[in-house]
Amino acid sequence: MAEFSLPPNSVIKGNGKAYPAPAGATRTKSFKIYRWNPDDGQNPRYDTYALDLDATGPMVLDALIKIKNEVDPTLTFRRSCREGICGSCSMNIDGANTLACTKPIEEVKGEVVITPLPHMEVIKDLVPDFKHFYAQYASIKPWLQTVTPAPSGEERIQSPEEREKLDGLYECILCACCSTACPSYWWNSDKFLGPAILLQAYRWLADSRDEMTGERLDALEDPFRVYRCHTIMNCANVCPKGLNPAKAIAEIKLMMLERAG
Amino acid sequence: MASRPTAPAPRPLSPHLTIWKWRVHMAVSIVHRVTGHALAFGAVVIFAWWLAALASGPEYYRFFQDVVFSPLGVIVGFGLTWAMFQHMGSGLRHFIMDAGEGYDLVTSRRMAQGAFVFGATATLAFWAYILLGKGL
Repeated sequence: MAEFSLPPNSVIKGNGKAYPAPAGATRTKSFKIYRWNPDDGQNPRYDTYALDLDATGPMVLDALIKIKNEVDPTLTFRRSCREGICGSCSMNIDGANTLACTKPIEEVKGEVVITPLPHMEVIKDLVPDFKHFYAQYASIKPWLQTVTPAPSGEERIQSPEEREKLDGLYECILCACCSTACPSYWWNSDKFLGPAILLQAYRWLADSRDEMTGERLDALEDPFRVYRCHTIMNCANVCPKGLNPAKAIAEIKLMMLERAG
Repeated sequence: MASRPTAPAPRPLSPHLTIWKWRVHMAVSIVHRVTGHALAFGAVVIFAWWLAALASGPEYYRFFQDVVFSPLGVIVGFGLTWAMFQHMGSGLRHFIMDAGEGYDLVTSRRMAQGAFVFGATATLAFWAYILLGKGL
């Protein structure tokens, strides 16, 4: 049975520190950020940082980096490429998951509330534990599987039409925005693979060069792994790359139906 | 890395329902479940009671009618008809999506809005027909 409320140690206990905007700032914006420190034994809390937007870059990640560099070096978050291709800075901003580096601050009205990706174990502040997510990814064998010998001296050939079938799939950066937006994944992540992993599973099912389609479908044929998708559509609505995991899951279901005949 | 002097604190679960901003496609999904349960439990119990009341003779059936046509009974009836039409509308949406259609963001949002509009309109039309057309 799904647990809809947070366990006692996870309840956010009010507001922590408030850092005022620098003197003389005219255009200020407040950032309310989830904080949890594994070393102090306290419950999570919100700290509030007021920034001068005239001295801050345009994206939410710019604000986070500014806070860490100039206001509070203890703030912890993942980031790397700052251009939406590495997937490190995925988090919940203003009630929806997205990448901090591609989310303009001005899109958020009022205070910018930032929490970690939902329903994940928190390692520290905005850093959730991806161990389970990666284990689920490994479980779908995300690599080309073949039985025929490789053609000598050349690649396995794919027509432009066959290659086109991978558009909208190969772009996934595994940031987990979609999976952690999915209420089905919140309640059943132990058994349901979730949108990101299922989109990846379909990426290999749709690959004309892969020769393990039947085995891949066998591995997914289960009441939970695929069929906990109830087309709630949060995944497609939050994907920072504009992909549609729900559609990919529907394609998997259709492949299973077609195979059953 | 040096070993920790004490066991690490158990990790908290990050907030989910409390921080999420709901949109129509998520609302229509949960409403589909809620109305489905209302129909499966509420409507079935009332239907079984109606059959039992029929079998129990005119005395008891009059009592049944008194309850069902009381203001509270009419409110419950109104709620159940809404549940039925709403469930029908979102069920139709599920039917289309199970066939692999309507997954782009605009269509899925429109279909979710459509389910709500259909549920409300059909319920009001149904009750307008009962109350104005025929009288209770």
